[in-house]
Amino acid sequence: MTTDTVRSGVSRRWTKPPFIRNPRTRWFLWLGAGIYLALALGTLEVNWVRMADGIPRGIRFISSFFPPDFVTSWGEIVTGLYESIWMTITSTVVGVALAIPIGLGAARNLAPRPVYLVCRAILALTRSFQEIIIAIFMVKLFGFGPFAGFLTLSIASIGFYGKLLAEDIEDMDPVQAEAIRATGAKWFQWLNYAVQPQVMPRMIGLGIYRLDINFRESAVLGIVGAGGIGATLNTAFDRYEFDTAAAVLLIIIAIVMFVEYTSGYVRKKVQ
Amino acid sequence: MLRLDSLSKRYQTGDLALSNVTLEVPDSQVMALIGPSGAGKSTLIRCINRLVEPTEGTITLNGQELTSLNSSKLRLARRHMGMIFQEYALVERLSVMENVLSGRLGFVGFWRSYFRKFPQSDVDEAFRLLERVGLDHMVDKRADELSGGQRQRVGICRALIQDPNILLIDEPTASLDPKTSRQIMRLICELCKERKLSAIINIHDVMLAQMFAQRIVGLQMGEIVYDGPPNEITPDVLTKIYGEEDWEATIETVDEDDDENVDEPEQVKDEHHPGIDRDRMSGLT
Repeated sequence: MTTDTVRSGVSRRWTKPPFIRNPRTRWFLWLGAGIYLALALGTLEVNWVRMADGIPRGIRFISSFFPPDFVTSWGEIVTGLYESIWMTITSTVVGVALAIPIGLGAARNLAPRPVYLVCRAILALTRSFQEIIIAIFMVKLFGFGPFAGFLTLSIASIGFYGKLLAEDIEDMDPVQAEAIRATGAKWFQWLNYAVQPQVMPRMIGLGIYRLDINFRESAVLGIVGAGGIGATLNTAFDRYEFDTAAAVLLIIIAIVMFVEYTSGYVRKKVQ
Repeated sequence: MLRLDSLSKRYQTGDLALSNVTLEVPDSQVMALIGPSGAGKSTLIRCINRLVEPTEGTITLNGQELTSLNSSKLRLARRHMGMIFQEYALVERLSVMENVLSGRLGFVGFWRSYFRKFPQSDVDEAFRLLERVGLDHMVDKRADELSGGQRQRVGICRALIQDPNILLIDEPTASLDPKTSRQIMRLICELCKERKLSAIINIHDVMLAQMFAQRIVGLQMGEIVYDGPPNEITPDVLTKIYGEEDWEATIETVDEDDDENVDEPEQVKDEHHPGIDRDRMSGLT
């Protein structure tokens, strides 16, 4: 745009300024990306013949999942499912119950400095390892079976729930809390009247979400020997009973969907 | 009687919010505290119930020294100071009744308050107060369902159910429209008169302050620059408090009695609730 157009009253054009201001840098980056892509594609070795061979094998593999077989190993499926559901419920309850005091301690606006640091350290520790790693450790400590899974999921729930609870408390409206403090309420009364109403709906939602996560995790933990539906699934794969595996997968999908819809409904209710 | 003696507050950021403030508020006096934003008005009233810890000086309420109290004694002392907030500061997800009864928390045990089993005398008093402010038909509504004026009335009830010796009121009308502001101020002043309560009211609106307060204190940069009756507020005084501006239009000239008569029926009109007799509870103190 020139000064002439402005003077002559032609409407001024506007375009969004580019993210990288210097045009030379901008073009150089584009060029670099193009060269990298070309070189990267050049290093790929695709064996088209092997791929063509593999396609029918792949189709055979997938079709061996159908029709899903609920009947042959129904007993094992039910046992695995029971273990998983109990593992899920108990670990969520225990995890949340332990996470509440730790979460309260880990909220900066609630706890004195030393308590805050200790609780944050506990949360960091429980969150620093992926569930599978904790599960392997627990299986070594307590042997195969759902107890190891229960402990794993409890620990993981503490980290998840405690951290989010602490963060939600830190985000609460300080004025409402101030108002209750100004009435001369005791600390626990203040917690019950000023803090709890503000964080409760989100905490219920997160509790259900954690239940959902714990169920899905319980399916994975079976693979490392921590019991549950995952063990059933793993056995089915090991025995090449893909139709039974398909049945287990369908049941897992159904349960996760059920929890999903329930949590949506409950969250709307408690808001 | 409330007495502040050379009270100072310096925040950790280094800002001096209050500097050597000495002030005495006799019983049953309604005092308005005016001043520009950041003059230290909020800090001053929060120092009294120690939501903000003063750095220097002493505060005495009815002979009790407040600044040296330990935390449990402070909690007991706070029960006798009612506070009303700018943004109402109701607990949004609690009902009107729970909000009002939360003013009694200092007087009941944890489990009673946890199960919401307050003594019948407290519940009676809560109903009396809600009736007095015209909200007794809304006890089980959640606080976030109310309008601004209604919320502030609940806030007033919460402060009064403490049966306080003094009311600390922080910008009670800042989030309200002009008409509701007047109604709320009138209600506060009437209740103070009924209960022979003293009150400190932080307020931005000079005209409202002149209309309702018996005494006005002007704060500027943490220091008292005016202390006197409302009718002695002149453009010069306002310039001293707020800085240079054309103040003629701000000074209250309307006779207060006229205004009182004009606005008389308003109090109940916006509630769609017939049959509130404003004098019904006048014997209540």
